Amino acid sequence: MSFSRAAVAIAAKDLRIEWRHRTAFATAVLFAVLVQLVFVFSRDGASVSLAALAPTVLWVMLALATVVTLNRAFLLERENAALEGILLAPVGPSALFWGKWLANLVLVVVVEVVTIPLWMIFFNLEPHPRVFGVGAVALLAAVGFTAPGTLFSAMAVRTRFAELLLPVLLLPFLIPPLFFASQATVRILADAPMSELSGWLRLLALYDTVFLALATMLFPAVMDQ
Amino acid sequence: MNPSSPPVIEALSLERRFGHVRALRSVDLTVAAGEVVLLVGPNGAGKSTLLRCLAGLARPTRGSVRVCGALLQRDPAARAGVGFLSHQTFLYDDLTARENLRFAAALHGLDSVEQRVMDALDAAGLTQRADARAGVLSHGTRQRLAIARATLHGPAVLLLDEPFSGLDGASVEQLRSGIAAGAAAGRAVVCVTHQPGDVWQIATRVVMLSRGAVVLDIARPATLEGFVTSYNQALAA
Repeated sequence: MSFSRAAVAIAAKDLRIEWRHRTAFATAVLFAVLVQLVFVFSRDGASVSLAALAPTVLWVMLALATVVTLNRAFLLERENAALEGILLAPVGPSALFWGKWLANLVLVVVVEVVTIPLWMIFFNLEPHPRVFGVGAVALLAAVGFTAPGTLFSAMAVRTRFAELLLPVLLLPFLIPPLFFASQATVRILADAPMSELSGWLRLLALYDTVFLALATMLFPAVMDQ
Repeated sequence: MNPSSPPVIEALSLERRFGHVRALRSVDLTVAAGEVVLLVGPNGAGKSTLLRCLAGLARPTRGSVRVCGALLQRDPAARAGVGFLSHQTFLYDDLTARENLRFAAALHGLDSVEQRVMDALDAAGLTQRADARAGVLSHGTRQRLAIARATLHGPAVLLLDEPFSGLDGASVEQLRSGIAAGAAAGRAVVCVTHQPGDVWQIATRVVMLSRGAVVLDIARPATLEGFVTSYNQALAA
């Protein structure tokens, strides 16, 4: 049986359902806007400039929006025990992980594409080619957010309090990519040379690789009944 | 079991525990091609747990399940030989009937997907509702779609848990005919139902579970009334 065909089918199915409702997307974007508003209005303008606050807010916003997005990832598999329908198929659970991860990654990247321009407006950032650098960091971070996120979403969905449990499980694991991405963003916005930036990008890429591998290895155990 | 036919599904010394509760106790069950096994027993006897172990959805605490000779716990490809209809439909309410079947076909790596999906919709009498979302279909129609999903890949063994639940008379007859046709074509069927009358005439064997153990395994008696006597005696024992 084709591993990649099953994974792509799972991702396409998730994205089709999301496209019909846009529940996770709309909630994540609205949540991202609210997070920015909270930071902007609670800032002490005399001591903290918008420019100094911008990288922190960007990553807090994207991390929390990711949690909101991931919450729905496996909840839709609860409907009519659809998850078991997938587990009955002659493909390993890893295909399910990669399919879910791919759908989550696409959704998180779409949320980033919408919310990063909003962040630039809120923080008076001029349109500049360096924004593409921030976008590239956001893409790398999205991989790091969604790899453990997909794993923990699958764990949480088997409990009665999935929506509450996921942030508690996931947020500690988002701290390293959040830190690396924030450091990289500070340097991009300050027009720092690539030599200052590359170390943080390498750490982010390493985190992505390690957690994609770990999640792929651990996912079958999470699915085992 | 027809001794000339090799077993399609074979459970050996199957045991399943939930904490201290032994839901299955050393269950042996072998079903050959073309057999229709009616699995009965009181509530909590372990019927659904046994079906879930046979489908590969629950890992037995002890024992093994083989489908067409392949060990289900070790070889994911063995699941291609199993079709399962549980209390749940495994359908996505936000996908249409056609999309649900396309998705199942992709998971099973089937070829000629569109033709297979159209044939399955036709066989289930759902051609007119092919583009309706599963969530808006009536209970009986959803059940027919779930059965179409379970048999789309042409499984060698079909496991049915209360398949007649919520179906009207015509749908019960249609499903019964479908099960009989599948068995005639060599499919092994294990059917759990609290309404044995629905499947009695096409069953070839009756297996009874009580407190997780097989207490009766006989060729189908000629009449349901005769079986009820055996059933009550087995329960009393």
